[in-house]
Amino acid sequence: MSGAPLEKKQDGTGPAALISSGRHYLEGSEACVEGALIAGLKVYGGYPITPASEIMEHAARRLPMVGGRFIQMEDEISAACTLVGASWAGGKAMTATSGPGFSLMQETISFSIMTETPLVIVDVQRPGPGQGYITTSQEDVMQARWGHHGEGPIIALAPSSVQDMFDFTIEAFNLSETWRTPVLIMAEETVAHMREGLFVPDLDQIKVVLRKKPQDLGIAPQDYQPYGHDLVPPLADFGDGYNINHVSLAHHPDGNVANYNLDMHRKNIDRLHDKIEGNADVIARTESRFLEDCEHLLICYGTVARTGLEAIMEARETHGIKIGFLRLVTLWPFPQSLLRKRIKKVGTIFVPEMNLGMMMHPITEALRDRCDQVVSIPSIGALHSPEALLEKIREVVKC
Amino acid sequence: MSDSTRFEIRIAGFGGQGVVTIGKVLGQAFTIHEGLNSVNTRSYGPESRGGACRSEVVVSRSEIYYPGVRNADILVALSQTALDAYISDLKDGGILLIDPNAVKKVPKGVCFYEVPAMEIAHELGSVKYQNAVALGALAAILNSRIKKESLAQAIAENVPPKTIEKNIAAFEKGWAHVGAALSLVI
Repeated sequence: MSGAPLEKKQDGTGPAALISSGRHYLEGSEACVEGALIAGLKVYGGYPITPASEIMEHAARRLPMVGGRFIQMEDEISAACTLVGASWAGGKAMTATSGPGFSLMQETISFSIMTETPLVIVDVQRPGPGQGYITTSQEDVMQARWGHHGEGPIIALAPSSVQDMFDFTIEAFNLSETWRTPVLIMAEETVAHMREGLFVPDLDQIKVVLRKKPQDLGIAPQDYQPYGHDLVPPLADFGDGYNINHVSLAHHPDGNVANYNLDMHRKNIDRLHDKIEGNADVIARTESRFLEDCEHLLICYGTVARTGLEAIMEARETHGIKIGFLRLVTLWPFPQSLLRKRIKKVGTIFVPEMNLGMMMHPITEALRDRCDQVVSIPSIGALHSPEALLEKIREVVKC
Repeated sequence: MSDSTRFEIRIAGFGGQGVVTIGKVLGQAFTIHEGLNSVNTRSYGPESRGGACRSEVVVSRSEIYYPGVRNADILVALSQTALDAYISDLKDGGILLIDPNAVKKVPKGVCFYEVPAMEIAHELGSVKYQNAVALGALAAILNSRIKKESLAQAIAENVPPKTIEKNIAAFEKGWAHVGAALSLVI
């Protein structure tokens, strides 16, 4: 049990290396950074923006304590680019931003997918378009998948609690290292600014994944292909003595540009796609309750999952409505086959989102033959109240 | 409501009154020192001083789903604007705490306590201590729900070390002020 400031050791003498195990009371932004440090974060390239600045500020305070580097850049484009350099040099790297900055980072996300560069970007979503507003939102969930140019599959997680901000950040780094790809944490203002209890397990209980390196596979420097060998190619660091040719143009396994070779490019794109979408069942997670007896279903993600759970508990207990609950923990790759395995046949599927109905599209695509209708429950700039969800559910199921 | 142990506190006022810190201290006291679940959320306008500002704490023995206030058990209003905005969400039988120098009009039939937080803080040397005074008053109101020591400890953990003594003095004054009205042993 510790409520002491993170900067102090338990005996109050000096900076703690990593957060102590046990129970803490932290803000989502702080939990995110503490999780990142445990995952091995070494470089944070930052540019401030409401409501993501607290992540940057905490990273700036904490990274020097663990021998990491914090750098504030001149804009979000260069902030994202610092992660690429840091990652190629072997360091785990992250940044956090919000809608307008996330737009500026799209080119680097696409570049990192193509160059298979592990890095983590947190989008603390606020309402748009433009500079929009500074409250909470889930309006960038489609941008996460389709905002960057080209056929680039992505991994994106949707946290709903302070514990998630900690756990999912560690998971994001692990996924990023495992699949050699950028990973997005689609947080919201609500969860970034929320304070609640955080349980930190003993360090030896926390799984931390390191990228596969050619040295681990016994590949000699002269035989190394930065985009070859396997579905997920091993990644050598600059300075390891391996020739590394990183290129985001169409390339051969050895990294040489594949000019006028569409077959080579197609092969590469298929592999990038197989790596993420082909492993959707391994990568993506959902959580569910009351699926056994449900006549209707509520599907949600992020903080809305909490409001959703509150509303369906009340719908079941007070109004006798047999409604189930499913939370998309992973937004992308979209867990289509997982959903089809879990959901057999229901009446109405309700999809509350803090946008005008975005994830309801892949949900509809996945389950259109498993339900009578999909009903979007939109909200702009604020969490739905449980009453609002309940009212819509009761109106539709006529109870 | 399915969770009978759910208890909701809303603190509202202007930026600069320490509204966010009150919520943080309460949440930390409930979770770290009392072993309960609590969620603290906050919202404010783009201004760092003077804009409307709100902090909420939801406490429960069970897992907390919806993180915001649905019907507040306690409303702390540090400005008339805040009172006017949130009084309708106060539960029937809920308790209101106001600074009488900032809030002049309270609707009839609402049970309320007064603590001149700004004035007391000023006497202690800085208006910065007004949130500690309000926390002391809250400690008296929350007497059956949280130990006074838990709140005092959480204050000490959240203020600059040099100001702990003054903050605790402010906390005690707030507690004594409302404690007297509640006939708590002082």
